[in-house]
Amino acid sequence: MVFLWLPMKRYLPYLIVGFVALATLGSGFALYRAKRVAPASAPKNGPASGMHVRGKAEAPVTIEEFGDFQCPPCSLMAGELKKAEEAYGDKLRVIFHHFPLAVHAHAREAAIYAEAAANQNRFWELHDVIYKEQVIWSKAPDVPALFNGYATSLGLDVERLKKDVANPEVAARVDADQKLGTSRDVTSTPTLFVNTVLLPPDQINPAGLKKAIDTALKEKEKPQR
Amino acid sequence: MSKRDPNIAPTRARTVLYSIAAFFCLLGLADATYLTVIALTGEAAACGGQAGCSQVLGSAFSKMAGIPVAAFGVAGYFAAFTFAIFAAFDYARARKFFGLTVGVLFAATLWLLYVQAFLLHAFCRYCLFSAAICFLLMGLVVASPAPRPARN
Repeated sequence: MVFLWLPMKRYLPYLIVGFVALATLGSGFALYRAKRVAPASAPKNGPASGMHVRGKAEAPVTIEEFGDFQCPPCSLMAGELKKAEEAYGDKLRVIFHHFPLAVHAHAREAAIYAEAAANQNRFWELHDVIYKEQVIWSKAPDVPALFNGYATSLGLDVERLKKDVANPEVAARVDADQKLGTSRDVTSTPTLFVNTVLLPPDQINPAGLKKAIDTALKEKEKPQR
Repeated sequence: MSKRDPNIAPTRARTVLYSIAAFFCLLGLADATYLTVIALTGEAAACGGQAGCSQVLGSAFSKMAGIPVAAFGVAGYFAAFTFAIFAAFDYARARKFFGLTVGVLFAATLWLLYVQAFLLHAFCRYCLFSAAICFLLMGLVVASPAPRPARN
């Protein structure tokens, strides 16, 4: 045993260090692949109206959402819509419209930030983070600092973002969305239209959403007379 | 790594001490690797669901020349781990290099704690975990017994 142990002991530290180096690189790479943000399928040019689209134009089902970044059910719905997009792939297109409610102190500010990010073609990325972090920033004393932090971590040009946030044209796009919602009798958030058909409030849940998408798909698949 | 020092007698206490140090280095390495990955993927904002975390990792202090500070942590912890392992196997100079690396990590930790406390007014729990590891490593360096000459 001594004959085996002595040469092994000589190389053991090298083996341990080599193993840890490989394990670190491997786990780091695996974590990177798992966490890497999937490239958004949103169009590169931010639409002037403030309407934001994710998915292909020829998708048979289009879900239009009027959302408020500070509304907790909207945050849940954002997650559900993302799951639906993954599940239905090219069959689904999602359109987001701002509808910040007056009862939420920072909802409009959040909408303006997301809209300002659209000027850098990064609306959906900030949209996702703002919803994901809703619980935190809604209670934070300095909301802009957090939004700027999110933008920095996403690699946005924060100085440009700050200028765009102060730009009345950006806020006007949020207002235009709100007017559009009002014209379509939107009063609460989230309000969803599946192929222009209003999804009843009691159906705004994962099961209701799936049912509505499936129904809309079947409608599209019916032979046209 | 240079050869073992024949003038220094190996002690069980030292082997155990540097093994413990290597274990702490592994914890620090895992923490720094995680922070580097979330910095590279742009998920810093969502780290642990903490506002302080996103403020710290989204700040200008989180990068040096475009490289995430956590990546330097990965390099530092890996170097400290390597030296600790070799020191545990009684390799000459490994102890000195270990002490030196831990000293650099400790100094960087003090700076980062200052940045969090006084410049950003926000704390990231992953950074605090790393700071705790650095303090423990520094404690081990200070507590490590002085090498004693080998008996003839």
